[in-house]
Amino acid sequence: MTESFPPPDTGQVAPGDASNTDREPGVSSYVVGLVLASGLTLVSFAIARGSLFWQPSVPTALIVLAIAQMGVHLVFFLHLTSGPDSTNNVLALAFGVLIVFLIIAGSLWIMANLDHNMLPMERLMQMQR
Amino acid sequence: MISTGQAKRIAVGYGFWIFLLSDIVMFACFFASYAVLVHATAGGPSGPQLFDLDRVGFETACLLLSSFSCGLAFVASSKRRAAPFYLTMAVTLALGAIFLALECGEFLSMTERNAGPTRSAFLSAFFALVGCHGLHVTIGLLWLMTMMAQVRAKGFRDDILRRLLCFNLFWHALDIIWVALFTVVYLIGVTA
Repeated sequence: MTESFPPPDTGQVAPGDASNTDREPGVSSYVVGLVLASGLTLVSFAIARGSLFWQPSVPTALIVLAIAQMGVHLVFFLHLTSGPDSTNNVLALAFGVLIVFLIIAGSLWIMANLDHNMLPMERLMQMQR
Repeated sequence: MISTGQAKRIAVGYGFWIFLLSDIVMFACFFASYAVLVHATAGGPSGPQLFDLDRVGFETACLLLSSFSCGLAFVASSKRRAAPFYLTMAVTLALGAIFLALECGEFLSMTERNAGPTRSAFLSAFFALVGCHGLHVTIGLLWLMTMMAQVRAKGFRDDILRRLLCFNLFWHALDIIWVALFTVVYLIGVTA
């Protein structure tokens, strides 16, 4: 941490020295977050239970809704904003999202590929006899 | 200009944020193994036969409302107001405990129906993923009670407020993981 703290408008901020804008989050942000998050949750459950929707589109719609809700949680509950206070947190989050994507997409891809290249189970059993 | 206290607070929050991201990366590994193994039921029961969306809806409501009341507790603590703080923390505690009870009930009913973690690779992955989240909620509840006791014993000191900030981040992160969990495991599991 640096010895002196620059004024907030310099744009040169490290974790630990930043402006004190939005330092005290109010109740209103949590109320907005709760309303948005419950709305998205209700829509998710309605889509999953109802037969109103074209079935093949349902998983994609659910994933989109979940990502939207995570965004709502990040902004209104965790107060992750685009302000100078959050720059480092947002960068760390971006790195985390990259790793999460690599782990999940990479695992699915590699395992599907292995599965595709493997002999069918019956043939394997016959060969072992 | 900004005081050293505020600077310390931001640095502590940032450090805990890094820990939370590493925790989320760990959950990503559990999610990946679940996604790979979801069809490996070994002739046993599959998701649509086991999952009860009413129960999951209740769990989701509990966790979302507890996240909200945790936020209110954080606002009350930063204004150093004791009564609303204890009230909202107690509500958070109760809602978290209801969530855990519902989840334990689900696990018990599944093991009774011969669908325990040893039944198939799908169920092993399911219990590992959902159980890991449940374990986090349990630790969160213990931490919550510790924070209530610390505020009672030491008051709203600066270091206590920093711990409350970390607890607040932890509890909201658990709710974010639950959003991914109920979507990927339960909702998509029931429709697919």
